[in-house]
Amino acid sequence: MSDRPETARPANDRPETARPAGGATLAARPASGLRVELGPLGARLRPRVALAATGLALASFAALVASVSLGTFAIPVPDVLGALFGAGSGDADLIVHELRLPRALTALLVGTAFGIAGAVYQAVTRNPLASPDLIGISAGAGAGAVGAILVGGVTAAGAGTFGAVPFGALAGALTTAAVIYLLAYRGGTVTGYRFVLVGLAANGALAAVTRWMLAQADIDQASRAMVWLTGSLNGRGYEHVGWAGTALLLLVPLTLALARPYQLLQFDDDTARGLGIPIDRARVGLLVLATCLAALATAAAGPIAFIALGAPQIARRLAGTAGIPLVLSGLTGAALLLLADLAGRLVFSPVELPVGIITGAVGAPYLLLLLARANRSGQGG
Amino acid sequence: MTATTNATAGAALKGTGLRLGYGERTVAEELDLDIPAGRVTALVGPNACGKSTALRALARLLKPTAGTVHLGDEDIAGLGARDLALKLSLLPQSPAAPDGITVRDLVARGRTPHQRWWRQWSSADDAVVDRALDATGTTELADRGLDELSGGQRQRVWIAMALAQDTPVLLLDEPTTYLDLAHQVDVLELVAALNREDGRTVVMVLHELNLACRYADHLVAMRTGRVVAAGPPGEIVTPDLVREVFDLPATVITCPVAGTPLVIPEGGRRPRVPGPKAGDTA
Repeated sequence: MSDRPETARPANDRPETARPAGGATLAARPASGLRVELGPLGARLRPRVALAATGLALASFAALVASVSLGTFAIPVPDVLGALFGAGSGDADLIVHELRLPRALTALLVGTAFGIAGAVYQAVTRNPLASPDLIGISAGAGAGAVGAILVGGVTAAGAGTFGAVPFGALAGALTTAAVIYLLAYRGGTVTGYRFVLVGLAANGALAAVTRWMLAQADIDQASRAMVWLTGSLNGRGYEHVGWAGTALLLLVPLTLALARPYQLLQFDDDTARGLGIPIDRARVGLLVLATCLAALATAAAGPIAFIALGAPQIARRLAGTAGIPLVLSGLTGAALLLLADLAGRLVFSPVELPVGIITGAVGAPYLLLLLARANRSGQGG
Repeated sequence: MTATTNATAGAALKGTGLRLGYGERTVAEELDLDIPAGRVTALVGPNACGKSTALRALARLLKPTAGTVHLGDEDIAGLGARDLALKLSLLPQSPAAPDGITVRDLVARGRTPHQRWWRQWSSADDAVVDRALDATGTTELADRGLDELSGGQRQRVWIAMALAQDTPVLLLDEPTTYLDLAHQVDVLELVAALNREDGRTVVMVLHELNLACRYADHLVAMRTGRVVAAGPPGEIVTPDLVREVFDLPATVITCPVAGTPLVIPEGGRRPRVPGPKAGDTA
């Protein structure tokens, strides 16, 4: 069983990114039946994780193509593919590149960001309810962004100017996260239950602040801010793709660099500390990164509900892993948001529903289920 | 466990002038602890005597507000998180793992401090995990989920994880809590065997005085945050000590099986020997 050469592992240790390409690391494990050793986690789980990742990636791509193809002016899939891979022509090319692709790409990026942010929040607090969209992080980003829209007098998303929205969202979300963390911190640790309770209070307070700001604002700006607050991908252009893409390029590698502490924070504090994880630093670092991800996703598409809440739990069930898989949560978020946006555009066509309404409608029953289950186990999840 | 490269003869642990507490509440003051190298030491005492707190300080889970803990010659306050985890492993009182984790995955986590981002897993890690499973008799359970196991099996698996960490010092916080007598003996036999095989220093908090006498080379009897007596069980366990530490009138005889002291409570104050009590966190 030690016939396995010691090869350098890829920088990321999450099962979902294990590349079977490293064929040299395949090894049958006589000690526990046929096992495929692909990495640090239970290798038994890896084929399923790889399968789930592939499936999600394909689903996302299919949803992206469908999203570009379908609409009032339907473009046949071959033309879509042609346009995507640079062999398109005329009208199709214009619609694909100028109108539909930026929207679909924004959905992809925003979904990924929400999925990863949700995974980090839920894992680090060990509570499936402690998702940024429930505990006030998205609300904080929303309040900050609405403040930026109103104070800055910039036009809200949809009118081509993105302006100060991301900065407002970042400031709002980070402030909210810091306040929640400090209020939830007690006796040298942060328990998920306190985190959720404080977060729900913060969520309520921030919703009130946002409403107050809207009441003060002039009707034009207020109505634009309202559309943004529902969570919509309508009219997203390349500046949104640029913003969200840059954010992901910066934040995702940093989050992946903390993948090991991320995994061990899902154990109890003593065990994680005993294994040499500086848990306070790791927890704060991960939460800051996740907050930035949630804030920038919110800035690009509004506080879309449910993706951050649902994606990590769906990913966990797909992967069959212990704990919440990080990268798979991002992929699930992307697939979910693309599909939700597609549904919003098509179901009541020609009336187009903002994606936030779709995710909210799907998310509400799920949240009730989660609450019912948490109630049964008597520990808030 | 002959190839456990790191865990050659264990190092000694020494706490000097420790003041320990949680927030405003001080549990121990001016506490000195001497843990001999390469031996099994048991911390015993009544509930809330500070024995678990003392163990937490030795593991640096609790930073003393005064005093120092030395591991060998080094002050553990100055060690990095990983460096400490390479020298000292710990089984907390009530460890928790994510739902659905398998035994092998859990034990593999013990390798964490040995791994780097560019070398996340190696065949050496595999070998150590296999040995840890083997030493704890959990090889057959390797592919089962932790939540399917009985309390005794689970405890062996957690001990396997601490073993996979491959450190010269192993700290166990009440490893026998919630286990029936047969499984308590089982776990303690395992701990004693591990110590015999590679001279690992073992420190554990135990409730059951007779089992502590039987399995520990060195006993530290504590009461209200101070050490009442420390030494080999055969030398220090007397009726006077039992009365002083536990308020329990008792007779001490020599165990006919192991030759260690056996404490027989006398009637009167309490009808029975106190068993392990759930929820004792101090």
